[in-house]
Amino acid sequence: MHFSRRLGVLAIASTLIAGNFISTPGLALGDAPGVTSTQILIGGTHPFSGPAAAYGTISQGIQAYFAYVNDNGGVNGRKIVYKDVDDGYNPAQTVQLVKQLAEQDQVFAFFNTLGTAPNVAVQPYLNQNKIPQLFIATGATQFGLEGTKYPYTLLFNPDYQSEAQIFGKDLVAHNKNAKVAIIYQNDDFGQDYVTGFQRAIKGKGPTVVKTASYEVTDADVGSQMQALKASGADTLLIAATPKFAVQSMVIKAKLGWNPVTYLTDVSAAQFLMQAATKAGGAGATNGIITAEYVLDPTNPGMAGAPGMKLYRQILSKYGGKADPNNAFVIYGMAAAYTMVDALKHAGKNPTRDSLMNAALHLNEKNPFFIDGVTLSTSPTDRFPIRQEQLGKYVNGLFVPYGFVIDARK
Amino acid sequence: MTPQARRLVPLIVAVVLFAVLPFVIPSFLTFQFAFAGAYTCAILGLTVLTGTNGQISLGQGAFMAAGGYTLAILAHSAGWPPELAIPLAAIVSFVLGGIVGVVALRLTGAYLALATFALAVSVSPLIKRFGWITGGAQGVTLPFSRDSRVLYAESWGIAALLLLITWFMLRGRIGRSLRALRDNEIAAASFGINPVPYKTFAFALSAAYAGIAGALVATATAYVSPDTFGLQLSLTLIIGVVIGGLDSLWGAVIGGLVVEFLPLAAQSINVAATSLIYGIALILVMILIPGGIAGALRTLSRR
Amino acid sequence: MLISELAEQVVSGLATGSIIASMALALVLIYRSINVINFAQGEMAMFSTFIAYTLIDRGVPIWISFALTVLIAFVGGVAIERTVIRPIERASPLTIVIVSLGLLISINGLAGWIWGYDVHAFPSPFPQTTLRLGGVVLSAQDIGVIVTCLGMLAVLWFFFGRTRLGLAMRAAALYPTESRVLGIRVGWMLALGWGLAAVVGAIAGVMIAPIVFLEPNMMQGLVVYAFAAAVLGGIDSPVGAVVGGLILGVALNLMGTYVSFIGTDLRLPAAFLIIVLVLVVRPSGFFGKQSVTRV
Repeated sequence: MHFSRRLGVLAIASTLIAGNFISTPGLALGDAPGVTSTQILIGGTHPFSGPAAAYGTISQGIQAYFAYVNDNGGVNGRKIVYKDVDDGYNPAQTVQLVKQLAEQDQVFAFFNTLGTAPNVAVQPYLNQNKIPQLFIATGATQFGLEGTKYPYTLLFNPDYQSEAQIFGKDLVAHNKNAKVAIIYQNDDFGQDYVTGFQRAIKGKGPTVVKTASYEVTDADVGSQMQALKASGADTLLIAATPKFAVQSMVIKAKLGWNPVTYLTDVSAAQFLMQAATKAGGAGATNGIITAEYVLDPTNPGMAGAPGMKLYRQILSKYGGKADPNNAFVIYGMAAAYTMVDALKHAGKNPTRDSLMNAALHLNEKNPFFIDGVTLSTSPTDRFPIRQEQLGKYVNGLFVPYGFVIDARK
Repeated sequence: MTPQARRLVPLIVAVVLFAVLPFVIPSFLTFQFAFAGAYTCAILGLTVLTGTNGQISLGQGAFMAAGGYTLAILAHSAGWPPELAIPLAAIVSFVLGGIVGVVALRLTGAYLALATFALAVSVSPLIKRFGWITGGAQGVTLPFSRDSRVLYAESWGIAALLLLITWFMLRGRIGRSLRALRDNEIAAASFGINPVPYKTFAFALSAAYAGIAGALVATATAYVSPDTFGLQLSLTLIIGVVIGGLDSLWGAVIGGLVVEFLPLAAQSINVAATSLIYGIALILVMILIPGGIAGALRTLSRR
Repeated sequence: MLISELAEQVVSGLATGSIIASMALALVLIYRSINVINFAQGEMAMFSTFIAYTLIDRGVPIWISFALTVLIAFVGGVAIERTVIRPIERASPLTIVIVSLGLLISINGLAGWIWGYDVHAFPSPFPQTTLRLGGVVLSAQDIGVIVTCLGMLAVLWFFFGRTRLGLAMRAAALYPTESRVLGIRVGWMLALGWGLAAVVGAIAGVMIAPIVFLEPNMMQGLVVYAFAAAVLGGIDSPVGAVVGGLILGVALNLMGTYVSFIGTDLRLPAAFLIIVLVLVVRPSGFFGKQSVTRV
C-alpha cells in the first residue's frame, strides 16, 4: 500500500532523529561540564561563510596554538578541545549554535565568539546560565562596561573607543588646531571609533570637520574620499577594514591630498601598506600613523621578535592550511594564549567560576604582543588591552613612534 | 479506506509527531525547530506568491525584516509582549507587501526577480540609516525571554494556522484564480479574472506571512540587527520553497525543515559545503524534479 | 564646489561606472541570447579572476595569465550553457531564474571551498601613475578601465554587426526556428553567447580586483548596480548597458557626495529605486526596443 509505505518511512525517520537526541542531557547545572580528567571542551562561533567569512581564518591561529599546547602537556594535564562552528555572522544562527554547544556538547566555556551582534544576541543566555563568554572577538566598547549586568562576558580586543582615544591623544599632543576628517565603516566598529575619537579631542582643540561613511557592500570609497578632501581638513582618520582602508590611502594620494593620517590597526598589516604603496605611490602611505598591539607577520622589523619566531614554529608544525602572513591568524594565536593563561590559573580542578575568577585577575605578558603592551584584567576593569604602540610608516615600514600609550590615562 | 481518508493519514501522523516532539527531544533542538517553524511561515508566503501565483520574489527577507523590527521596536520601546506584537507585525508587512505588490503589477518574470533582489539588498542600509528608530548597526535587544517549548508552540501553532488558512483559501476561487493568472495571465483576464486585486493580494499576503516569520525569529533570538535579515536570508527562502516544492503546502513545511537543518548538518562536511549543496540542489531540482521534494513524494506515492 | 572637484567626481564615477558597465554588458549579452537575466554573472567573473590569481601566483607572467583566463572563462561559459542551461532553454522564467540563482550560490560556494575566504591583493594590469589635466587629477587606472570597457563595446559592436558569426548569433536568438532552417546551429550560438559573456565578465573582474581585493564575495556589492545599469539602458541593448553603467556610476558618486539626504550609505536603496522606476515607467530602458507581445 502506497500511503503506508510513506507512513513507514516517516515513522522510521522521525524515530531515528528523535532517538539520536533523547538520551542527551539538558543544560548541566554543575560547575564543570566539559571538563574530564583528560580534556577540556570549549566552544566558539566564527563566520566561516557569508560576507564576513574572512574573519573565519582567526580560528586557524587558535586551533594551531591549542594543538601546540596539547602536545606540550596541555593545561594541568588536560588537552583543550575547541569546537568552533559557523554562524555566518547571523545572530539568529549564533543563538541556536551556542545553545546547542552548551546543552548538547556541554562545553565548559565559550571562547572568542566573533562579532558584536552575535555576541549581544547570546550574552543574556550565557550570563543567565553562568557560562563564561570569554575573550570575545570584537572591540565594541559596551562589552567592557556591563560587568554588573553581564559578569560572565569579557572582551579581548582593545575596544575601538580606546584605540580612537589613543589617536586623539596623540593628535592633541601634536596639533591643537587640527581639522579632522573621518572615513568610517557604517557599523558598530566605525561608529564606536568616531565616538571615541570625538571624546578624546573634545574641548582640547582639534575639531572634526567632516565624516563620511561607507557600507561593506560598497565597491569603493572614491566619492567619500573626495568629499573629505573638499572639506579642507588637514588630518584624516581612517576607521576602515582592510580593503577600504587601502582604497582610502590610494585615493588620498591620487587626489594629491596629504593630511596627517591615522589608520586603525585592523588595516595596518604590512602587506596592506605595500599594496597601497604599489597602487598609490609612496605618498599614499608615508607618514601614516597607526597603533598596534599584536605583532605583524609581514613586518620585517618584527621578524626577530621571540614571539614571531614562536608563531612561525607553531604554524609550521600545527598550522595546516593557515597562511602565516594573515594577521587574523596571529591574532587568533594571541587570543588563544590568553585563554590558556586563564585556564591554567583556573586551577587543577577548574570550575566555571574559577575560570571566570582567573580571567578577571590576569596580568599577562603575551608573547604575540608588541613589546610594552600588556594584558591585565580585574573585576572592576574589563578592558584587558588598553595600550597600544604607535607606529609611523617611514621608508616602507612601521617604526615605533612615541611610547606605548595607555588609554586608561 | 477511502482515498480521502488515505490522504489524511500522513497529515495526522505529522500533527501527532509535531505535537509530541518537544517532549522527547532536548531543549536546544526544540529551539531549532522553533526557527524551522518560523521559516515555514515565510516559505508558505512564497508558496502562495511564487508557487501558486507565479510571481518571483527574491525579497521575502525584506518583509521578514519589517515584521521582525516592528515587533522589536514595540517590545523595546513600548514593552509589548511578542504575542501581541506579532499580529501588528503581520499588518505592517501586509501593508508594505501591498504597496510593493502594486508596483510589481508592472513587472514580470525576471524583472520582478531583479527588483525584489535589489529590495533585499537595500534592507540593511535602510535599517542602519534610520538608526534612531531601528537601533542601527547595534541592533535591538528584546527585554524578554521565552522557553524553547513555548517558542516551538508559538512557531508551529502559527504555522499550522497559516497552513490551514492557506489551504482553505487556495482550494476555492482564490486559488483557481491565482493559478490561472500564473499559467496565462492574458487568458485569465479575458475570462474575467482581474489580475490587479489578486496579484496585489498575493503579494500582501505573502509579505504578511513573512512579517509573522520575522516576528517569530525576533522573538526566538530576543534580538534583531541588520545582519539577521540580509540577502542570504531571501535567497535561502527561495531555496526552501523550490526544494520543498512550489505550490505545495507540504513543500512549505519540508522547505522550512530543510533550510533550518541542512546548514547545521553540512557544517561537519565543510563550511562552504552548504552553499555548494544548496546551489547544486536548486539546479538539479529545477531540471529533474520541478515539483521539489513534495512533488517527488507525491509522484512516488501514486505509483 | 570647485569645478575640479566635480570633474574628479565625474571621472572616478566614470571609472566605477565602467566596471558596472562591463558587468551590465555581460548581462545584456546573455539576455539577448536567451532572454534570461543571469544572476550568476558576478560570481562567474569572480571565479575567473581567482583563476587568473592562481596562475599569476604560480609564476605565470601577468599578461599570459590574463589571456589564459579569458580562454578558460570562454570555455567555462560555453560549458555552463551546454550542461545547465540547455535542458531548461524553453522553460518558464521562474525556472531559469532559479537555476541562475543556483549557479550563483554554487559558484560562490565552490570558490569558497577551493580558495577559502582570505582576502588577496591583486595586481593591476594598468600602470599606477596619475596625470594632471588642468587641475584635475586623473589616474591611469581609471582611464585604463574606461578605455577597456569602451573597447570591449566597440569590439562587440563590430562582431555582432559586421561579422557572419555575430549575425548568426543574433539571428539564432531572435528567430531560432527560421535560423535552424537556414542551417544555423542555434544551440551552439547560444552557448557562444554565454562564452562571450563569461569573457566580458572575466575582464571586468580582473579590472576591479585590484581595487576591491579578491575574495569570493567581491562582486556582490557591484551586482545590484550592474542590474540597475542594464535595466536603465535597456536589457537587450549593449550600448544601453554601457551608457547606463557610466551614467549610474557618475550619478551614484554625485548623489553620494552632493545630496546629503542620500549620502553614501543609501546608494544601494537608490539603485533599487532606479530599477523599479525605470521598469515601471519605461520597461525597455532608454535604449532598448519596445517590444509588443502578440497574444
